[in-house]
Amino acid sequence: MPKLTIDGKEIEVANGLTVLQACELAGAEVPRFCYHERLSVAGNCRMCLVEMERAPKPIASCAMPVGEGMVIKTDTELVQKARKGVMEFLLINHPLDCPICDQGGECDLQDQAMAFGLDHGRYKETKRAATEKYMGPLIKTIMTRCIQCTRCVRFSTEVAGIEEMGLLNRGGHVEITTLEKAVNTELSGNLVDVCPVGALTSKPYAFHARPWELKKVNSVDVMDAVGSNIRVDVRGREVLRILPRIHEDVNEEWISDKTRYITDGLSRQRLDRPYVRVDGKLKEATWDEAFSAIKEKLSPLKGTEIAAITGDLNDAESMLALKDLMANLGSSNIDCRQDGAKIDSTNRSAYLFNTSIAGLEEADAVLLVGTNPRWEAALVNARLRKRFLEGGFKVGMIGEAVDLTYEYEYLGAGPDTLKEVASGKNSFAKVLKEAKNPMIIVGMGALARKDGAAVLAQAKAISDKFDLVHDDWNGFNILHTAASRVAGLDLGFVPGKDGLDVEGILEGAEKGSVKAVYLLGADEVDTSKLKDAFVIYQGHHGDAGASAADVILPGAAYTEKNGTYVNTEGRVQLGRLAVFPPGEAREDWTILRALSEQVGDALPYDNIGQLRQRLIDVNPVFAAIDQIDTGVWGDFAKTKDKLTSEPFSAFVENFYMTDPISRSSETMSACTEQFVLGKEQGATGTNG
Amino acid sequence: MAFMKNPVRSLLLTELLSGMALTLKYFFKPKVTLNYPFEKGPISARFRGEHALRRYPNGEERCIACKLCEAICPAQAITIESEPRDDGSRRTTRYDIDMTKCIYCGFCQEACPVDAIVEGPNFEFATETREELFYNKDKLLANGDRWETEIAQNIALDAPYR
Repeated sequence: MPKLTIDGKEIEVANGLTVLQACELAGAEVPRFCYHERLSVAGNCRMCLVEMERAPKPIASCAMPVGEGMVIKTDTELVQKARKGVMEFLLINHPLDCPICDQGGECDLQDQAMAFGLDHGRYKETKRAATEKYMGPLIKTIMTRCIQCTRCVRFSTEVAGIEEMGLLNRGGHVEITTLEKAVNTELSGNLVDVCPVGALTSKPYAFHARPWELKKVNSVDVMDAVGSNIRVDVRGREVLRILPRIHEDVNEEWISDKTRYITDGLSRQRLDRPYVRVDGKLKEATWDEAFSAIKEKLSPLKGTEIAAITGDLNDAESMLALKDLMANLGSSNIDCRQDGAKIDSTNRSAYLFNTSIAGLEEADAVLLVGTNPRWEAALVNARLRKRFLEGGFKVGMIGEAVDLTYEYEYLGAGPDTLKEVASGKNSFAKVLKEAKNPMIIVGMGALARKDGAAVLAQAKAISDKFDLVHDDWNGFNILHTAASRVAGLDLGFVPGKDGLDVEGILEGAEKGSVKAVYLLGADEVDTSKLKDAFVIYQGHHGDAGASAADVILPGAAYTEKNGTYVNTEGRVQLGRLAVFPPGEAREDWTILRALSEQVGDALPYDNIGQLRQRLIDVNPVFAAIDQIDTGVWGDFAKTKDKLTSEPFSAFVENFYMTDPISRSSETMSACTEQFVLGKEQGATGTNG
Repeated sequence: MAFMKNPVRSLLLTELLSGMALTLKYFFKPKVTLNYPFEKGPISARFRGEHALRRYPNGEERCIACKLCEAICPAQAITIESEPRDDGSRRTTRYDIDMTKCIYCGFCQEACPVDAIVEGPNFEFATETREELFYNKDKLLANGDRWETEIAQNIALDAPYR
């Protein structure tokens, strides 16, 4: 623990820190451009120069490790002069186009030029210009603004794991290049955040707003089950952009492109008023008309003839309200696993990502079963890559072979290989046996199939055999893809006694034994089987569920309601209302509360506070916000099902379109065209 | 003799005559009133009248949608929406000034980096209805086209003091 003096203040810091980090701990502000906490040190912007006693000249604090007895001064005349000089050099080639730059108002260069720069320019010669680089449909480049900090290059090679970006040439001609290819990573949006100037900006958000116009609301993402912490930026009634919020245990400070660029999907294809199907056609209706149509259909039905399925984007509150409503109607045909995943809900640790996302940095071997974490949970994949880069991390993969941005050993395609590993015949069995903290990650590609229960049992057998769960280590992980899934399982939104699951409900609807189906945002089910049933769809987008519906109740999207979400680790997080739902649409639990009055007993809660209390009564985990309670590790996944030999198929076929919101987003369809269908679109030369 | 002063004054009507003399003097002096609206007084080059959005000589609108005027407006009279134009340049799709809110402080033209929004010399824009005072982009650009000569002259006159 070296002791050093910073601006006359003595401070003891951990070994291996840099002077810049020590200065931060001591409360001294050091300006920087190229230094980023989560990337390697480049030391090329020279903005972080500080004075060190007995050093002949100022030192770059970001690249200097702390030493015993260092005396650092961060605010002397020499330092200020050095900063002014560096700033002047950086501004030599930087254009004076702040008024048309999207970074204006939140630009590091702008802020630091104000704080540390000269008050006037002395450079009268011509400035260098650089041509724009094509980086795909998400990122707009204005390369003349680039100050060559190389943060983007380091981010893409270190975190995102792609090699397309780099620095070309030298001296005054140096420039960032992408080789005219779109940056094919699902984390590319973070390049915009990482860029300290306006060289890389968000293409869909281009020229739309200034940071000072936006209202900022802290919320939680629902595009995957990671539960990334986000900040929703709103102007008026429109969500303009989504940015990451730092949460070290979940998303660090990155978010996936789907999370970030979904915003235009929130204002397209919206259900903004109730609809009732009259003579085979959906007609606009009032809330009263919609409710009375439901009442008329539901009142003669028995409980067993009614069923409910919830979708992937719901908050816990609305699912609980629907569960209570179905209980009032006497139905136990409820299911939150619309993809038909065979998840055992008896024990909390049986369906969680038990190791936790931050915890997987402690692991030393992982077996991926039927999952492509890169597309199913991009930030989990980023963590896996981070762990891989530290070394001593063996990855085995059963399922479809895909590029995960790190090396892995491909073991096989299906359950047969899984059986081999379990019986110890496979070479990876030895790796699992020798590892101190081994993990298994079972994805929906392995569980959402006919023999899913048998796969789960096999995974359980592997974790028992190779001691994946010991002392304070739990290496058994289910990687969910639906943001609402864990909350649904926590609330027991699964078939009750003699109740039907999704498969049974759809079959029953086809046969006629299930006469009414309530879809709460469920769009991924096979709606062709629901033709003969009376379908009530409550949701926010006109997608598969809505087109099959007989009554549509317009609900709120995740940015439009206060809701509780539980991520794949079992972490309870709160999403907040950023804008109000459009038109007649209402927050989902209020719709169910109003409907309950019409079709039976009113639900016993009148405000969100009472509903949250009920949530906690049903399952106490909802009381502990932002904490993980994995529950006890016990027996589960007992099944008589047999494994088939059919290989695991990819669960997410198109990362950019997995839910109603992303399917209605134009940006996401541009990404699909570019990255999934592979239609390369070069720069046209007229695109700004 | 002091007691004589007042009766003599009253008798000889001196006060009346001096008053009449003053009147007569002003009768021959030039008039200070103007026959508005046929005559108008001079106004400063810095006069802050009706707003206008200017164009470049080639017809391209100057405004680049930087939104600094919107940000600085103390009365929050300006509303701007923007997006990339087809050629990729940054332009406004909406530029509204609520002239009933405007306090004519001139901060918008001070903030403008491209001299696009200016307060021109026109002060005669009274309307019969309130709605006519909600200016949109077309109206502001039309103002700019109409007053360009005067505005350019005023800016040139004021330039040495900036």
